[in-house]
Amino acid sequence: MTIDTLTPGVIAQTSAATVSLLPLLARFSLRVGETERAALAKAIGLDLPLKTGARAKAGGVEVLCLGPDEWVLITDDAPRLRDACAGIQRQAPHSLVEISDRELSFLIEGPKAAELLTLGCPRNIDRIADGEGRRTVFDGATVILWRDGANRFRFDVSRSFAPHIVALLETGCAELGAEYSD
Amino acid sequence: MLLIHCPYCDETLPELEFTYAGEAHIARPANPSEASDEDWEKFLFIRTNARGPHFERWRHIHGCGRFFNALRDTVSDKFLATYRAGAPRPDLDSVKKAAE
Repeated sequence: MTIDTLTPGVIAQTSAATVSLLPLLARFSLRVGETERAALAKAIGLDLPLKTGARAKAGGVEVLCLGPDEWVLITDDAPRLRDACAGIQRQAPHSLVEISDRELSFLIEGPKAAELLTLGCPRNIDRIADGEGRRTVFDGATVILWRDGANRFRFDVSRSFAPHIVALLETGCAELGAEYSD
Repeated sequence: MLLIHCPYCDETLPELEFTYAGEAHIARPANPSEASDEDWEKFLFIRTNARGPHFERWRHIHGCGRFFNALRDTVSDKFLATYRAGAPRPDLDSVKKAAE
């Protein structure tokens, strides 16, 4: 299947769940060591969460901790973030890489959204609390899952895997919709 | 499916998120040009191929991305322990006792 990446909108919709493509957004990957972490947090303007899967949001920047020294940042003001971090590069060496174009983001919501994810994700979705996120695997592709509510997820997929993942989600939506009439 | 405890995420997760990365605790000779051919061959190719508890490396590739070490029984496929990369080998007897 083909996805028009420039036109956000609904891709699949049934009574079970709705999958839609989100508008393009600015995404950054941040790698920074323990000693420089505090300086980076100050420059960005929010405390970097330390537990894998924990999230924080402040001043138009949303951050998810992916691992012990890795974070993904979503911002609505990319130049400000880039300049703030570049300004302290000498004092606090780090790596801030723009990865906006690497992934497409989808919104999955509906009464069976969590069940739809179990189609390709071997992990227990219920163990991811509301307001957390994880990097995990979905039918062989690495994805970043943001849980915004009990039945509301954001889902970042590498663009090369997106047609496959979306096709699977479409099938799943139809299948769960057929057995779910409420 | 195996369930593996990632020592960095502190979660027990399905095997599909992980990838195997060979035997653990194999130190590269500090000065390769001074190593004899036998030593270099041993470092590159010779592995224990253990039957029973085996120290091995795993990587949480679809997660935090970290390499860590695990002690797995190659007969029962049971993970006896996992620990962070760089940490010393756990004592086999106490790990076995704790797993029982």
